[in-house]
Amino acid sequence: MFFLEVNPLVLPDIGLVVWSTLAFSIVLFVLSKFAWKPIMKSIREREDSIDESLAMAEKVKSEMAQLKNENEVLLAKAREERAQLLKEARETKDKIINEAKEQAKVEANKIITDAQLAITQQKMAAITEVKNQVGNLVIEVSEKVLRRELANKGDQEAYINNLAKEIKLN
Amino acid sequence: MRLMSFKSLLVAVFSGFFLLTATSVVAGEPGHGEEGKEANVDVTKVILEHIRDDHSWHLWGHTSIPLPVILYSDKGLEVFSSTNLVDEHHEPAVYNGNYAYKTFEGKIKVVDEAGAINEEATAKVWDFSITKNVASMFLSVTLILVIFLSVAASYKKRGVKTAPKGLQSFLEPLILFVRDEVAKPNIGKHYAKYMPFLLTVFFFIWINNMMGLIPFFPFGANLSGNIAFTMTLALFTFVLVNFKGNKDYWKHIFWMPGVPVPMKIFLMPIELLGVFTKPISLMIRLFANITAGHILVLSLICLIFIFKSVWASAMAVPFAVFINVIELLVAFLQAFIFTMLSALYIGMATEEHHHEAHH
Repeated sequence: MFFLEVNPLVLPDIGLVVWSTLAFSIVLFVLSKFAWKPIMKSIREREDSIDESLAMAEKVKSEMAQLKNENEVLLAKAREERAQLLKEARETKDKIINEAKEQAKVEANKIITDAQLAITQQKMAAITEVKNQVGNLVIEVSEKVLRRELANKGDQEAYINNLAKEIKLN
Repeated sequence: MRLMSFKSLLVAVFSGFFLLTATSVVAGEPGHGEEGKEANVDVTKVILEHIRDDHSWHLWGHTSIPLPVILYSDKGLEVFSSTNLVDEHHEPAVYNGNYAYKTFEGKIKVVDEAGAINEEATAKVWDFSITKNVASMFLSVTLILVIFLSVAASYKKRGVKTAPKGLQSFLEPLILFVRDEVAKPNIGKHYAKYMPFLLTVFFFIWINNMMGLIPFFPFGANLSGNIAFTMTLALFTFVLVNFKGNKDYWKHIFWMPGVPVPMKIFLMPIELLGVFTKPISLMIRLFANITAGHILVLSLICLIFIFKSVWASAMAVPFAVFINVIELLVAFLQAFIFTMLSALYIGMATEEHHHEAHH
């Protein structure tokens, strides 16, 4: 009896409760099966694909960066190698030149030494020859002087002078 | 931006129609007064007639669409047109079915020969009529099914690699809003299981709220401001929360962990009461907000008839338009709050406690 005195606005009608339950259940069932399921699935798939794409982009970016890094390292290495090669070539060149110089010097020295040796030998031979000739001449002159035992002292000296003139030191 | 201009256009159009229909309806009223043309309009009666449920759908003046009346009593089921319940002057009349029926303030009662209400017999009659609210609800159900099934079809058609278009692009942010702002923060990782319920509740309430704001046929029924409707939705939440509630949920109600034993005993009835106050608050909040909005707009329009001057409309109409705009906001807000609190209650009931002494 209490409820009947309440404002009819706050008194629920059984009919509307039943129809609402029915209507809401139908909507809930149909939408869950045919609307929310595909919609939520599509949204989730789209979000997944966006995430995936972003992750892929990030990955590619990092790969690119790595590639660039590698390239730079490679380039630096190549540059270093070139420098090394140039340095080595320069060193080799210097070495070859130096060696050639050394060898030339040694050869020249050797030639000079040989020449000096030869000169010395020739000189010695020449001196020996001169000595021998002088000896022979002295003997010859002495012989001739001895053979002409002249009284004439003047003649004698003229003769010696004559002989002496004949000696030609060649 | 497009949405805003669309809404303001909607408001302007509806306000215009509303004024037309409201004025014609109220203008019809003084004819019933005994004092003739200058009779005072019973504002309370006019407003209550507009916000309550009815067995026929009133269009304008004396024109109404009859709706089927379905009654079930101890004498069996009977179905008849609501035209039988009014006489040629559109006043409630007695219809002799299994009992003698007559409507009082829109509700069917059993009357005796003298015309007095027979409460005892009335209690035996169950009224399952297709009333104005039920008809409006069927319309909203059709609308919702058409909208969301077509959106689901466009998701299937367009696939996941293309951006949404048209209705789909309008609804997707709302669906994402329910998912990201309502379900995820309140329910947690198992949110996906409750998404269909939350989305259905949200759009069901929102669309019905909006339909209630459109003042002309086939809209304008105060369905979401009807306590039976809000009670049903609150019952769905109640059932879902208590059926999905886990061991911890029931433990927190009957034997609150982390407090002394006398406190546990003291808290038990309070927590048990809380189980019921939660859905009741949902029911009353939606009912009161929407009904209040309707009453407010109707009251402002009725100012014209209280002052009995067309000049009162200079003030009443801008105010009514203003309130109508606010009601559009309230329509969304109440749908959101209902969904939000449902999600919160579900989240509280399904939450997993790993450390008991935390409370």
